[in-house]
Amino acid sequence: MAIFVDQNTKVIVQGLTGGQGKYHGLRNKAYGTQIVAGVTPGKGGTDVEGVPVYNSVAEAVKATGATASFVTVPPKAASAAILEAASAGITFIVCITEGIPAQDEARTYNTMVRDFPKVRLLGPNCPGIISPGKCNIGITAGEIAQLPTAKGPNVGIVSRSGTLTYQALYELKQLGIGVSTCVGIGGDPVPGTSFIDCLREFQADPETHAIIMIGEIGGSAEEEAAEFIKDNVTKPMSAYIAGVTAPAGKKMGHAGAIVSGGKGTAQGKMDALRAAGVLVGHNPTEAGSLMAGIVAGLS
Amino acid sequence: MDLFEYQGKQYFARYDIPVSKGDVAVTVDQAIAAADAAGYPVVVKAQVQVGGRGKAGGIKLANNADEVRTHAGNILGMDIKGHLVKRVWVENASDIAEEYYASFTLDRGAKKHLLMLSREGGVEIEEVAEKNPAAILMLHIDPVDGLPAAAAKKAAVDAKIPEAAQQGVADILVQLYRCFVEGDCDLAEINPLILKPTGEVHALDAKVSLDENAEFRHPEWAEFQATVELDARELLAREKGLQYIGLDGTVGIIANGAGLAMSTLDVVNQVGGSAANFLDIGGGANADVMAGALEVINSDKNVKSIFINIFGGITRGDEVAKGIVEALGRVDLRAPIVIRLDGTNATEGRDILKNAGIPESKLTSKSTMLEAAAAAVALAK
Repeated sequence: MAIFVDQNTKVIVQGLTGGQGKYHGLRNKAYGTQIVAGVTPGKGGTDVEGVPVYNSVAEAVKATGATASFVTVPPKAASAAILEAASAGITFIVCITEGIPAQDEARTYNTMVRDFPKVRLLGPNCPGIISPGKCNIGITAGEIAQLPTAKGPNVGIVSRSGTLTYQALYELKQLGIGVSTCVGIGGDPVPGTSFIDCLREFQADPETHAIIMIGEIGGSAEEEAAEFIKDNVTKPMSAYIAGVTAPAGKKMGHAGAIVSGGKGTAQGKMDALRAAGVLVGHNPTEAGSLMAGIVAGLS
Repeated sequence: MDLFEYQGKQYFARYDIPVSKGDVAVTVDQAIAAADAAGYPVVVKAQVQVGGRGKAGGIKLANNADEVRTHAGNILGMDIKGHLVKRVWVENASDIAEEYYASFTLDRGAKKHLLMLSREGGVEIEEVAEKNPAAILMLHIDPVDGLPAAAAKKAAVDAKIPEAAQQGVADILVQLYRCFVEGDCDLAEINPLILKPTGEVHALDAKVSLDENAEFRHPEWAEFQATVELDARELLAREKGLQYIGLDGTVGIIANGAGLAMSTLDVVNQVGGSAANFLDIGGGANADVMAGALEVINSDKNVKSIFINIFGGITRGDEVAKGIVEALGRVDLRAPIVIRLDGTNATEGRDILKNAGIPESKLTSKSTMLEAAAAAVALAK
């Protein structure tokens, strides 16, 4: 088991003929992911190293039976690409595009909620998802993810930051701890998939025994997650929040990462998670070693 | 990107939101000309992005050109909480019957637009929220539906805006919402939104923050960019297209990804150091970007050591290493580098650095983030 994607997930890449799309799409394929097609309007009938390219998502879905899409197109085209995938029958969409205007994101998200309530969007501006050994959609280097073991304990990872997602994977790899699924939800103001969506899935997944959560300053997603954890998550958790030293009023790179009006501070988020029974580390390594302690107690 | 009041008002005017007649001035003579054109009495307002201008003496009423000369002369060049006043906005003074508050933002928790409307304007909305939360109407708007005129009217009624002002407020809400959406604002706020004794409703102030991700479809923002107040380091970083925020410490930071960059600041702090900056070279950064980042860090005289923290995903370790080698050939770095390189093509990257013949006094490699932070902090002391 894993959450959202596994070895049977068939994936198309929207933007496979672009530089990033080709590099990461083929790398996902080399990892073992079933990358079955690419989509680039006007380039139908060609192929990228043997992966057939179609003009539209609908054509690609019809030909391959794909249910997931990896959207790697520029910000201007991303919203249309996401909605095209949803209307063509794709049910899981990973969008890594960085720099989509917040107004577009808000409109796309609410259009999805209304018209395609069963379609899950991961991202935008996220590193993607990896179920180690089974499926890797996005830009994570697969080799840094430790394979899960049949008897466990295995850890699920959910993170708002791309590079800290890799850091978390890497910490667990150093400790030899298996990962069931690692989900990067992205640092934009309107993420398609929330911490809570992932926590709910991890709680239900029999292959996941503990959970690491990586948050950052800005917004209230971590506080909302803490509320959810209190009532719904029985699996042990560790966490890390980036941005303790971030000055107020400055956007720290991510469109979503800003402390404003005294809200969204790292301290507030850490306090909320601690109150929900989560072990909180002061850096990614500490969150990893706290998890090692949890895992040792489970085995 | 936060706009100055005068820019916010000019932006509002594009969306037909009524604002006072006025103009911006950088000299006393310009201020008088602006006052003559606007019609007396006028208000001379310091243009700084900080609250409390009025208390600091940055907002004055002037009844004639002589008074404008005195006030503009005093206000231009004034220091308000560390902000130097370079411009004043001079506008026709309004008679005020009542003051309201209106704003649109994105509610990230609800993933919907949020209208806040209150009949208690003219004070900080946070203050109203604390003392009398019932006085603020909060209305979520589905971005797919938008804000129809009828919904705006209902909001004005529900917020207990007096009947005489309801239609005027509703009209402005529709216009302000259009400005918020089509104008790609993170925040569009009017405080105070005033009712004049003559019955018109009118924006007396403007607070606008723009979403920089939408810059590609707003060529008109170029003039706003020109007035953004940056220090020399931040200007250089902008030229090079880097996400940079200047800080006061001694360890220069370069990381890929906002989260990792923030985390790098935290870790440097934990081991007893202080960061000189936040710098995210972003996803997919190549050699050129890395070289540019090092140049920016090198321009900061406070920097005593440089901590490069890279975890490759979309960014590739070999490209990062090439950039460092290239930069060392191009710029004479004053401070030594401590690097931690992991992830995509990290091995190739480490090999490039190893084979480049860089002396250890200029570059050391560490295998973990904590070790690298400790080494960089030690070098900065």
